[in-house]
Amino acid sequence: MVKVIVDDIEVEVEPGTTILNAARKIGGDVVPPAMCYYSKLEGSGGKCRTCLVEVAAGSTADPRPMPKLVASCSTPVQDGMVIKNKTSERVHENRGAVTEFLLINHPLDCPICDQAGECHLQDLGFEHGKEGTRYEEERRTYDPIDIGDKIKLHMNRCILCYRCVYVANQLTDQRVHGVMHRGEHAEISTYIEKAIDNDFSGNVIDVCPVGALTDKTFRFKSRVWFLKPMNASCECTKCAGKAVVWMFGNEIMRVTGRKDKYGEIEDIDGKTAWICNDCRFDKKDVSEWNIEGPRVINRHSVISQNHYLKNDPERDAKKLTGTK
Amino acid sequence: MGRKLLLEHVNVPGIETYEVYRKNGGYRSVEKALKTMSPQNVVEEVQASGLRGRGGAGFPTGMKWSFLAKPEGVPRYLLCNADESEPGTFKDRYLMEKIPHLLVEGMITSSYALGCNQAYIYIRGEYMWVLEIVEKAIAEAYANGWLGKNILGSGYDLDLSIAPGGGAYICGEETALIESLEGKRGNPRIKPPFPAVKGLWGCPTVVNNVETIAAVVPIVNDGGAEYAKIGIGKSTGTKLISACGNLVKPGVYELDLGVSVEEFIYSDEWCGGIANGKKLKACVPGGSSVPILPANLVCKTAEGTDRLMTYESLAEGGFASGSMLGSGGFIVFDEDQCIVRNTWNFARFYAHESCGQCSPCREGTGWMEKVLHRLEYGHGNLRDIDLLAEINKKIEGNTICPLGDAAAWPVAAAIRHFREEFEWHVTNPDEAQKRNFGIASAHVPLV
Repeated sequence: MVKVIVDDIEVEVEPGTTILNAARKIGGDVVPPAMCYYSKLEGSGGKCRTCLVEVAAGSTADPRPMPKLVASCSTPVQDGMVIKNKTSERVHENRGAVTEFLLINHPLDCPICDQAGECHLQDLGFEHGKEGTRYEEERRTYDPIDIGDKIKLHMNRCILCYRCVYVANQLTDQRVHGVMHRGEHAEISTYIEKAIDNDFSGNVIDVCPVGALTDKTFRFKSRVWFLKPMNASCECTKCAGKAVVWMFGNEIMRVTGRKDKYGEIEDIDGKTAWICNDCRFDKKDVSEWNIEGPRVINRHSVISQNHYLKNDPERDAKKLTGTK
Repeated sequence: MGRKLLLEHVNVPGIETYEVYRKNGGYRSVEKALKTMSPQNVVEEVQASGLRGRGGAGFPTGMKWSFLAKPEGVPRYLLCNADESEPGTFKDRYLMEKIPHLLVEGMITSSYALGCNQAYIYIRGEYMWVLEIVEKAIAEAYANGWLGKNILGSGYDLDLSIAPGGGAYICGEETALIESLEGKRGNPRIKPPFPAVKGLWGCPTVVNNVETIAAVVPIVNDGGAEYAKIGIGKSTGTKLISACGNLVKPGVYELDLGVSVEEFIYSDEWCGGIANGKKLKACVPGGSSVPILPANLVCKTAEGTDRLMTYESLAEGGFASGSMLGSGGFIVFDEDQCIVRNTWNFARFYAHESCGQCSPCREGTGWMEKVLHRLEYGHGNLRDIDLLAEINKKIEGNTICPLGDAAAWPVAAAIRHFREEFEWHVTNPDEAQKRNFGIASAHVPLV
């Protein structure tokens, strides 16, 4: 085990752990935001640069500070490393700049975007964004395209985190989803808009940190904060059948995987519980699901509006299910 | 002066063919290395020579070679980076076009030193005719027993292949080059791990510039100590400089590191001065990605000492008043050139060549290009100049690979040294369309 200090808090982690995961072990607000890193997807991370942190001391053996800010999601810790995240002025400044870069071409369509309320870019913009934009040029625009009959791709909103590319590479059998073009013209594409024909292709929606990939069976049906997320399970031959159903009254509006507080799909029995397309898109009837109980959502999230009295899962459960 | 190690026989007719090259002392280094030296000896010679990477970063080659991981049973690879695409740099093309066998010879000797049995030359897609020349040279080397199995009866095997790129600047970044060679999209990898540990197909890999590999030939022939005698301090040996712009005699020159910049620009032996009797306005001494220098800082440093063509001297004064030797793309501007337009042109290049992987570079380079376009075409305002300075500060150092820095430095330097000219573009938009600013008043040239 190696000892590292993140924002004056000491933590012991396995050698080879990344700075981000060491910070996540501490938890709370020392955790840098991550728009592209996704622990369940091998090779992800390093791209968005929102998780940049300052390394004030490299290690016990070589305590020199690192000259540049480093991407915490892809830099392994060394014994005795001292990391500054929220305590570093430089980090705040540069994270604000990265946020600005991500937003200059991002449309201000949150009022009609299905991701609003659970969008990582909204959270990032709320914490690190500026009040106005300095970008005077026209934003780049694309026409929305269909990826199969169930998934919609809005390239306008995409921040090119590559998460969906990794899903396509790692969960599905053949690589038909990738990135075309270069620089600011780069775009996510299934080659010539070819559908990803795979049972697990719907997971690109769950990993998308913004509203670029949305579920066509749910689009424009409801705002997420009007829905009640419930843990539910079903008998499924393709996946573990553990999902979250988002309910409006007795109706299931949409089905997603079970995401943890970092927006990553949870592990169930040691395996990442990706859900299959049948569970996600087709099982919209309550009778097909065994509702286990309400999903605990961070009470600071807009989704928990009117659902939670205080951080007390038992009371919340009563309120949600209507029992006294 | 005028010593030539790489370009010694460049004007011998037929030097691109094996027979003529061999007659002029070609492949001596391979004979010497394979017959009389151990691979470690060759590495030691390169370390003793003080040779620094000629691709731009100037990292000591011997040190890079010594970092190469050597696990048992895992192949190692040597890659030659011939993806020369930096605006202003064309020295590798000249070398490969004129003396392709020098590169092949260097590849064999270097591969032997590193214990590689497979080496690749990754050549820029736009250099297709050069590829054919080098390919022919490789075929000749195979035919004469310098490549293949059991070279010179030493038991050492080497295969050398050549692979063309698709014409992307980013593939000159070593990990993007590796990705591209593996057949993937040329995105730089996130480091660590470095290529010396995990490179091509996950195996230890060394990536060297064409000129670096060619320089191994004279180092092995004459010994590293002899090579180290040339040059000043840590800048040893000779360097190819591709001079272009408003010069009387632009072209590729081989010079001893340590020639003064003034001599290089003005003496008849080299560039012969500024063309058409004009005055020097500015100079980019190492390819488009290094900071631009105004006339008064080209030949002299801020302290007033002579500036020399060495890694150290060109960098003297840091980014405030210095630049870098970079890849040796020496671009000279006379008084008629517009710095704003040139900066926009560079920014356009980087915006076009950014791979689009990390957000500061993807969005930032495009943004800078648009702001500079506005300034150049008279739609800018004074706030834009500060905005530009701020954007490039936020790109620099925050990206995966050095392309972000390369895009930010020229813009930062242009604003630092030629701010009046940017302001003049804002305050006199109509006039700026019709004529150029001339020499910035604060930077009166010394010559």
